[in-house]
Amino acid sequence: MTQTLDREPAADVRHRLDLLREMVRIRLFEERCVELYSAAKIRGFLHVAIGEEAVAVGVNAVLDEGDAVVSTYREHGHAIARGMSMDSVMAEMYGKATGCSRGRGGSMHLFDVGRRFYGGNAIVAGGLPLAIGLALADKMRMRPTVTVCFFGDGAFAEGEFHECVNLAALWRLPVLFACENNLYAMGTAIARAQAETDLALRAASYGIAAWPVDGMDVVAVEEAADRAVDRIRAGGGPCFLELRTYRFRAHSMYDPERYRDKAEVARWRERDPIDLLTHQLTAEGGLSAEARDAMAAEVTAEVDRAVAAAEAAPLEPAEDLERFVYTETEA
Amino acid sequence: MTTLSTGATPVPAATGTVETTYREALREALREALREDDRVFLMGEDVGMYGGCFAVSLGLLEEFGPERVRDTPLSESGFVGAGIGAALAGLRPVVEIMTVNFSLLALDQILNNAATLSHMSGGQLHVPLVIRMTTGAGRQLAAQHSHSLEGWYAHIPGIKVIAPATVEDARGMLWTALEDPDPVLLFEHGTLYTMTGTLPRDAGHVDITRAAVRREGRDVTLVSYGGTLHKALAAADVLAGSGVAAEVLDLRSLRPLDDATIAASVRKTHRAVVVDEGWRSGGLSAEVSARITEQCFYDLDGPVERVCSAEVPIPYAQHLEQAALPQVDQVVAAARRVVG
Ligand SMILES: Cc1ncc(C[n+]2csc(CCOP(=O)(O)OP(=O)(O)O)c2C)c(N)n1
Ligand SMILES: [Mg+2]
Repeated sequence: MTQTLDREPAADVRHRLDLLREMVRIRLFEERCVELYSAAKIRGFLHVAIGEEAVAVGVNAVLDEGDAVVSTYREHGHAIARGMSMDSVMAEMYGKATGCSRGRGGSMHLFDVGRRFYGGNAIVAGGLPLAIGLALADKMRMRPTVTVCFFGDGAFAEGEFHECVNLAALWRLPVLFACENNLYAMGTAIARAQAETDLALRAASYGIAAWPVDGMDVVAVEEAADRAVDRIRAGGGPCFLELRTYRFRAHSMYDPERYRDKAEVARWRERDPIDLLTHQLTAEGGLSAEARDAMAAEVTAEVDRAVAAAEAAPLEPAEDLERFVYTETEA
Repeated sequence: MTTLSTGATPVPAATGTVETTYREALREALREALREDDRVFLMGEDVGMYGGCFAVSLGLLEEFGPERVRDTPLSESGFVGAGIGAALAGLRPVVEIMTVNFSLLALDQILNNAATLSHMSGGQLHVPLVIRMTTGAGRQLAAQHSHSLEGWYAHIPGIKVIAPATVEDARGMLWTALEDPDPVLLFEHGTLYTMTGTLPRDAGHVDITRAAVRREGRDVTLVSYGGTLHKALAAADVLAGSGVAAEVLDLRSLRPLDDATIAASVRKTHRAVVVDEGWRSGGLSAEVSARITEQCFYDLDGPVERVCSAEVPIPYAQHLEQAALPQVDQVVAAARRVVG
């Protein structure tokens, strides 16, 4: 479903409204997750990407069905933008049998093989080698697909990242490195962890196309991703996008945020990707106040349904604890 | 030196006691080491400005500065290896790894360097390094944050492995580990940080080679360590209600194992149950069980029982996670089986 980016005006407005709706879906879903965490319905570690929705939505908008996505523990948005239902994600966070990973993974381990969504990895940089392998297999089978790997600025410091960019560049693999630079790895500001903070510059040193993108502007993200994916599909080798974004919330539910000041967060909130696009569309006359409210109401209803379904869903039987440790072959 | 606790610790009346937590006791140990020995420094992800992912090092950056409380990038192999190098060059690094699952990114450095350099260099090199990390499950963190791999590390000659299970050991083990000329891995069970306890105001260093009898009994020995100690103690309470006197051992040191203390207990009780949050196959429980059989075969009234984690990656859902972990009722049942 690759979008052509030069659409005629009405189609362009409709398209941007779709992008907005996707971002709102992720936002309202995650805000509900935070509430449900406080209510002890969701447990474990919960990392929300509130503020970073434009990255998930803009990149996913240019992917085809056959493309593959590898993600991190901050992946609800990637999963939803990839087309996973709120029901299956919410049920997973409730630890229910109807969850996408049958309750075994939780928030950090969402999987949907049908959509080629390969998780949900809680080891920082741990997904990158998988992405290389997926892309290698696709290339060896001459499938015209792209593998996107999302990872953070923190992951850029891991040896695995550097091994993987080198492999991808060396073998000209169809990989899109989607680096979500939100300026912090947990409590460590990027300048305290990276000797050179221009990540696109460093990625380019591997001999691949790499450039920074305004990660708060969903249209800019989509355009950059489109350009990158076109190039990759045409056999141009891997690309690296440094998506400059910001998480508005704490790293996880346990984080007292001693490492950044509120004024900085407030400044970034002024560039809220949802507000930016909403204002733009409103100013152009493409989005009325009623339409905006209706969108919010519809999405809220979708979240409500996901919560109700998760509440009502059964648990996996405890007797099934040891299932899936190995592949189950049909009798 | 405070003496090693064997159950109730006598409290020196003159100095009094303090109420503390496992987390604060660890912090106090770090503070003491940083204060008393200028070769000591702490390094790891978010140990400084964030205060430690489990808040163990909270406040230490302010007290000792960024040279000695050093935040690192996400580069486990790099900074663990750097700790080994700094130890070779005469410093006494304390390296923190957030959890044992992440230590696998540094396993090469730990096994191929820290554990081998002394021997491989014919005794020329020494690696006086302490690596601290969180271990264990029980917090619904799923399969990449919940494993108990200390038993794996205990497989490796050249390193020592310790697991404080009490507030007293959280306070006292670090110093002794830092005095050791060889690498010591210190495992903190994630469910223990909030545990409270009373310490003598002048609590200090403890031995790190001997197992401790945490509760005396004559009918069966429950062998445990770290997070499972508290399950074994709870099981002993239940058993006492039905007239079974369980002796509870806290291994404290997983490598080397304190064979003498284990054997002395089993020779007295003639029965043993090993409780381990690691997996059963090829795990630490297998080693302990084998040693009991080797050393006490003719003293045993029955086979050694084991209560371990189910052989699954630890799942997220609470009921599945709990089903995967050793539970008090399983320890009680195992003890009843061996007591007969
Ligand atoms: C190998 C490894 N080390 C440490 C951690 C603990 N940890 C989880 S997320 C995180 C920060 C990662 O930052 P970044 O890659 O920038 O992603 P972000 O959380 O900002 O999205 C850390 C240190 C981990 N999960 N895996
Ligand atoms: Mg980040």
